[in-house]
Amino acid sequence: MPRVKVQRKSTSIDMTAMCDVAFLLLTFFILTAKPRTEDPVPVDIPAATTEIPIPDDNMLMLTVGQGKVFFSVDGNDVRKQTLIQMGDKYGIKFSAEQQEKFSGLPVFGVPLKQLGGFLDLDAEGRKAFQQSGIPTDTTANNELSDWIRESRRVVVSLHNRALRISIKGDNKEEYPTIKKLIGVLQKQKINKFSLITTVKAEAK
Amino acid sequence: MAELDTSGGGKHKGGKVRSKKASTRVDLTAMVDLAFLLITFFMLTTTLSKPKAMDLTMPDKDEQTKDQMPMAASRSMTLLLGANNKVEWFIGEPGKSQPTTEGFGKNGLRKTLIEKGREIQQSTGKFMFVLIKPSDKSNYKNVVDTIDEMNITGVQSYAIVDITPPELELLKRDGNY
Repeated sequence: MPRVKVQRKSTSIDMTAMCDVAFLLLTFFILTAKPRTEDPVPVDIPAATTEIPIPDDNMLMLTVGQGKVFFSVDGNDVRKQTLIQMGDKYGIKFSAEQQEKFSGLPVFGVPLKQLGGFLDLDAEGRKAFQQSGIPTDTTANNELSDWIRESRRVVVSLHNRALRISIKGDNKEEYPTIKKLIGVLQKQKINKFSLITTVKAEAK
Repeated sequence: MAELDTSGGGKHKGGKVRSKKASTRVDLTAMVDLAFLLITFFMLTTTLSKPKAMDLTMPDKDEQTKDQMPMAASRSMTLLLGANNKVEWFIGEPGKSQPTTEGFGKNGLRKTLIEKGREIQQSTGKFMFVLIKPSDKSNYKNVVDTIDEMNITGVQSYAIVDITPPELELLKRDGNY
């Protein structure tokens, strides 16, 4: 009897198609991913049942934690122009390099007088820097309300849109801080804004 | 790695010397491994960190508005947010009806809102109006929780207003301040 010969086949599989798909998906996820901005203070946002996602652009976010207020606005051009206008208002001159750095700064919370020095630090130094928050007081013209007003003006002049305002607060934040913030917004006739929340896990 | 040489060349005796053809296939396994690892990473990070926005409209502080309607006290419910995650509620004007202390959540505030909303709807034929008055001892989470309860129970009209001294006294008396 003749021996049955087992045909030997190559064990390798053609990976090309799989590789194509994998990289296609990878490209998609990388492009859609938004770099997460790190909050200068730990902020534990409250949970709620609302399911409206926050818009991706045209947002002004006020982060509140440990009694301090931090400011962030979307768009590099908006940030740069806002800084120039704030500098004009307070009589502080920012160099072109500082303006460039500021336009890439997602979130900050220092008084305007310290901002120049803060911008001159490198990325590591900025991370280690203890930001004191943007000064707010009960007067109508405090620094925070000027920041908000100027950035609203800039967005209207550059993009011809109304800026959306949102508050991102920490769970344990005492109400007076939030009240002060809402007061600042209401003085500018902003009566409608959003609170940032996470999705609540199913109630047990 | 996992590839057998199937070219089977090199058995020529004499004749022309042919240069051996190298296989043009590259082993892609490691590359695919890496790609899928990165895909997994990006997928997990993008879907998990998507915060939501809760819209909040504050009552206009401008006192010159003319179109203000008087509100019947019988269908207004006041929530006083106190310390230690406690909320006090009463219907009508402060001092005239006794406040009840309650906690947040499914069996506390939500139950009351649904019950009272229905009662007021039946007795007056109109919807309930809720005034949220956070005291200085309440925290941000309490405020968000309260607004969330409004959304869950479908209270159409609510407003966040400042607390008044007599109401603060009520909170103090009941040990929630």
